[in-house]
Amino acid sequence: MGPQHPSTHGVLRVKLKLDGERVIGSECIIGYLHRGVEKIAENRTYQQFAPYVDRMDYVAAVSSGLGYCEAVEKLLIVEAPPRARVIRTILTELQRIASHLLWLGTHALDIGALTPLFYCFREREEILKIFEKYCGARLTTHAFRIGGLQYEAYDTFEKDVERFCKDFESRIVEYETLLTQNRIWIGRTKGVGILTAADAIAFGVTGPVLRASGVKWDIRKAMPYAAYDQYKFEIPVGTTGDTYDRYLVRMEEMRQSRLICLQAIENIPSGPILAKVGKVLKPPPGEVYHAIEAPKGEIGYYIVSDGTVQPYRVHIRPPSFINLQAFDRMVRGHLVADVVAIIGTIDIVLGEVDR
Amino acid sequence: MADEPKETKPPQVPTGEKPASSTPPVSTPLAKPVDASTPAAPAAKPAAPTPPKPPVVLQTPLDNEFVTRLRAKFGGALLEATEDRKQAILTAERARLVEIALHLRDEEKFDMLASLTAVDWPKREKRFDVVLDLYSFAKNERLRLKVWAADAEEVPSVVSVWPAANWQEREVFDMFGIIFSGHPNLKRILLPDEWQGYPLRKDYDILQQDTAWVRENLGIESGQ
Repeated sequence: MGPQHPSTHGVLRVKLKLDGERVIGSECIIGYLHRGVEKIAENRTYQQFAPYVDRMDYVAAVSSGLGYCEAVEKLLIVEAPPRARVIRTILTELQRIASHLLWLGTHALDIGALTPLFYCFREREEILKIFEKYCGARLTTHAFRIGGLQYEAYDTFEKDVERFCKDFESRIVEYETLLTQNRIWIGRTKGVGILTAADAIAFGVTGPVLRASGVKWDIRKAMPYAAYDQYKFEIPVGTTGDTYDRYLVRMEEMRQSRLICLQAIENIPSGPILAKVGKVLKPPPGEVYHAIEAPKGEIGYYIVSDGTVQPYRVHIRPPSFINLQAFDRMVRGHLVADVVAIIGTIDIVLGEVDR
Repeated sequence: MADEPKETKPPQVPTGEKPASSTPPVSTPLAKPVDASTPAAPAAKPAAPTPPKPPVVLQTPLDNEFVTRLRAKFGGALLEATEDRKQAILTAERARLVEIALHLRDEEKFDMLASLTAVDWPKREKRFDVVLDLYSFAKNERLRLKVWAADAEEVPSVVSVWPAANWQEREVFDMFGIIFSGHPNLKRILLPDEWQGYPLRKDYDILQQDTAWVRENLGIESGQ
């Protein structure tokens, strides 16, 4: 299957071993989008590399950017000012909703439900408009800077976010009306691609996939970063770890993200948006591993500094790449038609898998 | 796509003008064995050649109950225990990696392997660091475990301990050429199987590529 199959969300090739219609083995062939970003990082300054991380998970660039900026800040031992942290949190949560919407639309499309795609893109467009107003870009936003933000929030930023959040409540109900009780949807997703909690942990799976398997773990709660420690939100978990559970978990996550945004815009602290980091960044020698909760799971940056302006080594731990490892476990014993559902439910972006 | 203003940034260095090898491989903070018994002494570190002012040394020996427990169990196999920016970093003897990994997973509850990668320090006697970032759900703690390996030395695979290592070890093999002994399926993962060379080694220039492969498979002289 693939690499040009429409349901593989990019250029993923899957070798399937079949017994009739049943899958008895699989192998993922990846690397078609490999651009060597880790090598590029070693040949760029810390600031120059920042836009590159947007091009890994290009549907959740804000989250990738936040992880990188925070990792370098940790290396430099600086902290972004409170105002920057709150605005970062709002944008990152909007990005989570946008990423989940894209996932929902395309996942439903793969399974045969055409309508949700249009609904999801309608709301995603509103989020992208906010990004565009904020920093001029919609996808590869490069929204943050090392040490804080480059741009002040625009005049009607809070109003726009609030309006979106107010509308979005009823929108989620619309998606749920289309899918949650839909017999075909349930038939295609319940019991499909079950991943137990023990397997999920063994494979290093993180994000909504891990939570749908019943592990209540979210880096936003476990090791809070940005301004997440100030807000109240729940971590939804599933019980069986099947495709339907992962659907429910992501739907609830969108609701929680909406609540975080609403709490955050109520009180955005005033003050500077950029810490004093200087124009030439020379982090003291050493190394950091910093991970955040991206929409797809734990995105981690392992950065080694040798005291020069360029990183000595940058390793990116992409959630898509690690989560895709569990694909073989999830797909065995299912029908070929379910393969499409299972690729969709892991929520991969090949730009991030291949880097 | 709208371009953002980038006036605060230095101009982009063209890709070709800065080969990887020109980055001075300053002595690694962890390259020299730190005697854990001596207290944190900033002066004990060799000064990095580049900055004029004395460098900030953030690596201090780590000596807590957890390390004492591990030392009692593994003795000399635990080569170093340091702390860098509040992160615990252990360096273990390569040959006993699997044994230590199993102990960390089962006894110390580091049940998730978050990340596995490598760093190349070509000037060092053992040029590679293989770096494992572990996470414990029970303790909500991270731990970094390292082993050193020279060019042709094999590193024991930890796939039997954490299946998550499977693709990550393949990636390290793909990019650094480090052999993981006991890996179930050690072959390239991101690059084509026939590719020659290991791109993330420091002596592999950023413009370097397997020209023969590119010519044969893409029908062009250069991939640039």
